[in-house]
Amino acid sequence: MADTNPIKQFEVHEVFPFEAFGLNLAFTNSSYFMMLTTGLTIVLFAVAMSSRALVPNRAQSVAEIIYGFVADMVRSTAGQEGLRFFPFVFTLFIFILVANMLGMFPYFPAPGAHSFTITSHLIVTVALAMLVWLTVIVYGVFKNGAKFLKIFVPSGVPIFILPFVTLIEIISFVSRPISHSVRLFANMLAGHILLKVFAGFIVMLAAGSASMGMGELPGYLAGVFPFAMTLGLTALEFLVAFLQAYVFAILTCIYLNDALHPGH
Amino acid sequence: MTHAPHSEVAQHVADAAADHADSGVFPPFDPTYFASQLFWLAIFFVILYVALDRFILPKIKTTIEDRRDRIADDLDAAAQAKADAEAAGEAYEKSLAEARAKAHGIAADTRKALDAEIAKETAGVEAELSAKQEASEAAIRKAKDKAFAEVRGIAATATSAVVAALSGVEVSEADAGKTVDGLIKAKEA
Repeated sequence: MADTNPIKQFEVHEVFPFEAFGLNLAFTNSSYFMMLTTGLTIVLFAVAMSSRALVPNRAQSVAEIIYGFVADMVRSTAGQEGLRFFPFVFTLFIFILVANMLGMFPYFPAPGAHSFTITSHLIVTVALAMLVWLTVIVYGVFKNGAKFLKIFVPSGVPIFILPFVTLIEIISFVSRPISHSVRLFANMLAGHILLKVFAGFIVMLAAGSASMGMGELPGYLAGVFPFAMTLGLTALEFLVAFLQAYVFAILTCIYLNDALHPGH
Repeated sequence: MTHAPHSEVAQHVADAAADHADSGVFPPFDPTYFASQLFWLAIFFVILYVALDRFILPKIKTTIEDRRDRIADDLDAAAQAKADAEAAGEAYEKSLAEARAKAHGIAADTRKALDAEIAKETAGVEAELSAKQEASEAAIRKAKDKAFAEVRGIAATATSAVVAALSGVEVSEADAGKTVDGLIKAKEA
């Protein structure tokens, strides 16, 4: 039963072979979903904002609500100066959100006919987390110079435990891209494996208990139980898809706040 | 498959590994396409960033700001209109008060004019009446004097007649008149 294989959804297929600099840069189904994420986001926002009405229609309202949501998130965590990074945080948030939502389709007009969640690949989330981490370092040093190192030395700490606290702060700072990327990756990976496993159980349980009916009830009805579980998990995964995009964006804001205001 | 409860999942993981025979690893950790994923991620992420930063986000921003400005303008216009309405109301009240004061003035003038006319007519009538009264009084006085004069003549005649009848002394009416005059004078004194 290859169709119930819970790992198959993560496979990468080549669509167009492409090599440069001695590297395999083939356009794959992963690239396809990245293209779709970017294209869909641009098209939907362009259509939503096409009328620019004084009294917005539904699509324009949604676009403005997302804008306000992210702007408030940046302002409340990184302050007014944080709005310098608003387009960056907005792009991260909307890219991860749309990518996660596209991954929720069980079947999709895509290479391999299955949906693909680009955030379920560690390399993608690591790239995004490193982008944030390096932005924090580069901008932090550019704006504050040596004062940026204050983020490792919290104020108001007794002198005899300061070296210990500083060590912890350095470890915490260095491990940020790891926790930042693995959180998103692991959530998407685990959620999608769980969904596929329970969806597989529907077929397995229905087939396995087909000959064990109770009275009038046919045995394959046992498949209802994993089906209900799959249904619930799907709803949960939609929540996780949104929540992880939000968590990634708000952590980005918190990290950018360090670059803007070190020593807090 | 010795671990019965996990056998199916384990089988699938094994199948997946087998399917992916070219690398033999779990797909999310398969380094075959790392370079490709990074390359295309960079391209599409940058495209999305530029499109949002240059076109879409400024559009949303100006739309929201335009709406906020428009609402502020409308509120200002409404406040202006309210102030205008209040000013008009005050002007109306003022002109109403003026008109009322003017009406009071006209009423007072009219009353004064009427009072003057009434006083004038009253004075005329009173003068006429007092003239009539004086004329009447003069007539009465004249009649009274005439009567008095007649009373003196009668008294003198009566006196001479009474004296002649009682004493036989002829007293002229002129002498009797003198005596009567003297008595009247004494009485009046």
